Amino acid sequence: MINNLNILFPEIFLSLSIFTILMLGVFIKKSFNIIFNLTLLIIVATVMIILSNPDNEVKIFLNSFTRDAFSNYFKILILISSFFVLNSSKNFILDNKLDKFEYPIIVLMSILGMFFMVSSNDLILFYLGLELQSLSLYILATIDRDNLRSTESGIKYFVLSALSSGLLLYGCSLLYGFTGSTNFDLIADKLTKENTGAVFAMVFILVGLAFKVSAVPFHMWTPDVYEGAPTSITSYFAVVPKVAGLALLIKFMFIPFSNILLEWQTIIIFISIGSMILGAVAAMVQKNFKRLLAYSSIGHIGYALAGVATGVVSGYQSAIIYISIYVIMNIGAFSCLYLIKKDGQYKESISDLSGISKKHPILAISLLIILFSLAGIPPLGGFFAKFYVFVSVLEQEMYTLAIIGLLTTVMSAFYYLKIIKTIYFDDSAITFDLTKNKKAQFSIFASCIFLVTFFLYPSIFNNMVTALFVS
Amino acid sequence: MNFPILSTLIFLPLISSLFIFLSKSKTNNFGVISISLFGSIATFFLSLFLWYSLDTSIPDFQFVEDQSWINNFIKFKLGIDGISILFIVLTTFITPICIVSCINSVRIRVKEFLIAILILETFMIGVFCSLDLVIFYLFFEAGLIPMFLIIGVWGGPRRVYSAFKFFLFTLLGSVLMLVAIIVIYWITGTTDITQIYEIKIPKEYQNLLWLAFLSSFAVKMPMWPVHTWLPDAHVEAPTAGSVILAAILLKMAGYGFLRFSIPMFPNASEFFTPLIYTLSIIAIIYTSLVALMQDDMKKLIAYSSVAHMGYVTLGIFTLTKQGIEGSIYQMISHGLISAALFLCVGVVYDRLHSRMISNYGGLVNYLPKYSFLFLVFALAALGLPGTSGFLGEFLVLTGTFQKSYLAAMLATFGVVLGAAYMLWLTKRVIFGSTNNSEIKKINDVNKSELIMLTVLAFFIIFFGFYPMPLMETFDISINSLIDNYQNDLNANQL
Repeated sequence: MINNLNILFPEIFLSLSIFTILMLGVFIKKSFNIIFNLTLLIIVATVMIILSNPDNEVKIFLNSFTRDAFSNYFKILILISSFFVLNSSKNFILDNKLDKFEYPIIVLMSILGMFFMVSSNDLILFYLGLELQSLSLYILATIDRDNLRSTESGIKYFVLSALSSGLLLYGCSLLYGFTGSTNFDLIADKLTKENTGAVFAMVFILVGLAFKVSAVPFHMWTPDVYEGAPTSITSYFAVVPKVAGLALLIKFMFIPFSNILLEWQTIIIFISIGSMILGAVAAMVQKNFKRLLAYSSIGHIGYALAGVATGVVSGYQSAIIYISIYVIMNIGAFSCLYLIKKDGQYKESISDLSGISKKHPILAISLLIILFSLAGIPPLGGFFAKFYVFVSVLEQEMYTLAIIGLLTTVMSAFYYLKIIKTIYFDDSAITFDLTKNKKAQFSIFASCIFLVTFFLYPSIFNNMVTALFVS
Repeated sequence: MNFPILSTLIFLPLISSLFIFLSKSKTNNFGVISISLFGSIATFFLSLFLWYSLDTSIPDFQFVEDQSWINNFIKFKLGIDGISILFIVLTTFITPICIVSCINSVRIRVKEFLIAILILETFMIGVFCSLDLVIFYLFFEAGLIPMFLIIGVWGGPRRVYSAFKFFLFTLLGSVLMLVAIIVIYWITGTTDITQIYEIKIPKEYQNLLWLAFLSSFAVKMPMWPVHTWLPDAHVEAPTAGSVILAAILLKMAGYGFLRFSIPMFPNASEFFTPLIYTLSIIAIIYTSLVALMQDDMKKLIAYSSVAHMGYVTLGIFTLTKQGIEGSIYQMISHGLISAALFLCVGVVYDRLHSRMISNYGGLVNYLPKYSFLFLVFALAALGLPGTSGFLGEFLVLTGTFQKSYLAAMLATFGVVLGAAYMLWLTKRVIFGSTNNSEIKKINDVNKSELIMLTVLAFFIIFFGFYPMPLMETFDISINSLIDNYQNDLNANQL
């Protein structure tokens, strides 16, 4: 039993820390700064703990909780991206008076939820983790409670997400009904193509997961929530829950539904194509930068799902590489928003970017790198992300998917170019405040350096990702 | 040779652009221009050294560098042969000229402009050095970023439209090539082209793959009917941008046909030869006629580039020795001539801020040196014997006559049209008279412009009389290219 607790140590550490800093927050006045810094410290400590543990596969608690290389990779990705998102958004939080001490604590709780999601090997544990994450995200979306748009976006997110959770739960219960178990491994054994009810259940589960990663046709909430929520929350939404959602999609495909892969695959192909096309088309007419990033994230999830849709390990690996690079690009893109300020107000419409190339040459060139990378132009990191996905898609001879994917790349290049046009070609009528925000600058710098130098050693992720599917 | 000389060549401009990026001279452009000039001239000499030390008696790739890059998948493989070295030297030769031209024509953000040019040079050299399809694609596409910025930031009034058109056209063409590259990987298990030459791609795949490569090269070349981005891009781009576009970027596609399409897909190349002939002939005749009607000097030269590139594709797909030699010669000489013509337009544009032919006339009375040089370049462009432009066209036509009389006759008709629009341009700009009184006030070419144009004029005439240095370099490579092509065809027919 003690050994089992050892395996659960990162989760235990995280929960105990949450309780501790919650107490601290209650009893110390003006505690935001302390709690915030402690949160960052906890995240770093959790990364250390995970890294110090071996990552051979262990299943505990009646095989309901797995610790393996797969879950550890995703946990570390979640932690590192949360660290950068939180760290770079600190000044934004302070400037917008969002400095409630609950903020970082709720972020930690959502991380805890995601931990259980990626480690779950059982429907119940999976659902509990998902709900812990979702509930935290509802609160985060409405954290700016005096702001009408933030509240609206939070309510919208809550209603739609609760609906999708309901569908997901319904799917879980059907699955239990038709297979007689909630354990992933047992479900995988019992599930066959003849089991129509289970296929039915699979569709409901897929709907729930597609909602969480905001894939078409369950993407409706994304633009509104991204636009309405404060930028610091949006950047968290755009990065971290997507990682967990994708991990779950891969896990469901890999373990419980591996016998009905064909049915599952067909749906994912359609979802992927839909997301890629919608992401490319709808983003063209956007005027708000956050809303544009929302559509672009839908498109990017489409590419990652194209990797998942292959239904083979190399495809899953490419999807994981894709999401990892996506995370890095988006952290950079959102951090740029923290630096664009006029008269004390953060600006988020694209036209406000006009002429920053003269006032902030370094910011402009960073944004240039990030946007070209998002568009997938070589030699930047974003190209390799797409390249790996299409290599595995074409390995499965899914030519339609590959060609549609690449054509939407060209379409989406159009709106990234439009932003670059605003930055570099248009004359500016606005003068910006010179913002000193070391933390955001650090995130942008790190992200740009990564994207630019990625071509020197493009197999950096391949080595890590290959180890995830050994079992 | 263990020293990675090709990597040095590729990354030397990038390193000098880093120096410029780090330099803090905001007021003084002289500093950054001299750094970049130094860097690009060093690159030029390095490439000359490569040319000198290249063994042109063997067709193999030389100075090969082979490093593992993506695990078990792609190697960072570089190497040059007699064909690619000429394009590398052309690139490194044109870049310093572009940098010199900045002194007069670029007024804003000189530092950024030089960085863009040097980064572009890195990518262009990379294209001609790479022996791996993925590396080739990487450099081929990466060049879009600096060129997009060069057109968009420093361009004319319709620069946004042109920059977008340029970027999206090229990207759309290229993504299909990426699909083809990955498919080739799954068919042959490698993207190393020397291995693909040996493994040989099965006949049933060749046609589709060839078309996918064509979609990219046709846009870049540009071939009719996807040439429409080129006039727009040329007209709006700053002088140095037009020079690089015409002199080097257009040559990537011709090089791509020689390096990839023909050796990798011999059957498809033969199958699609009539298509290429048709498109080339249309390009030669139609765009020459269009060029006749232009009232914008840059647009006229841009359309003439499309026509000249028509000879290149025609020559390559004759698959005769004369045809291919002529194409390469035509590419090199067009690189020099079009660069010179765009520089000439740039010279008067910097003074009068107009590219309209009707605003000029009688320049010979006020700008004698300029008029002389312009005349030399115009005559070279129409293929006067004694200039490099003649040899290329002549060889292409000789090659074409061996394969198809009809195509050759129609192409020869294009030569006449070429003479017509070039001479008419010269007549209207250099001779005649004008009502524009401002022409009387402008100065003749200054020192830096004179140096650039004279150097170009020298090489155009030199290679017109003495083509041996070029011919000897690519002779063996072309022989082996044609031999391999014939062997592959025979092998597949059996």
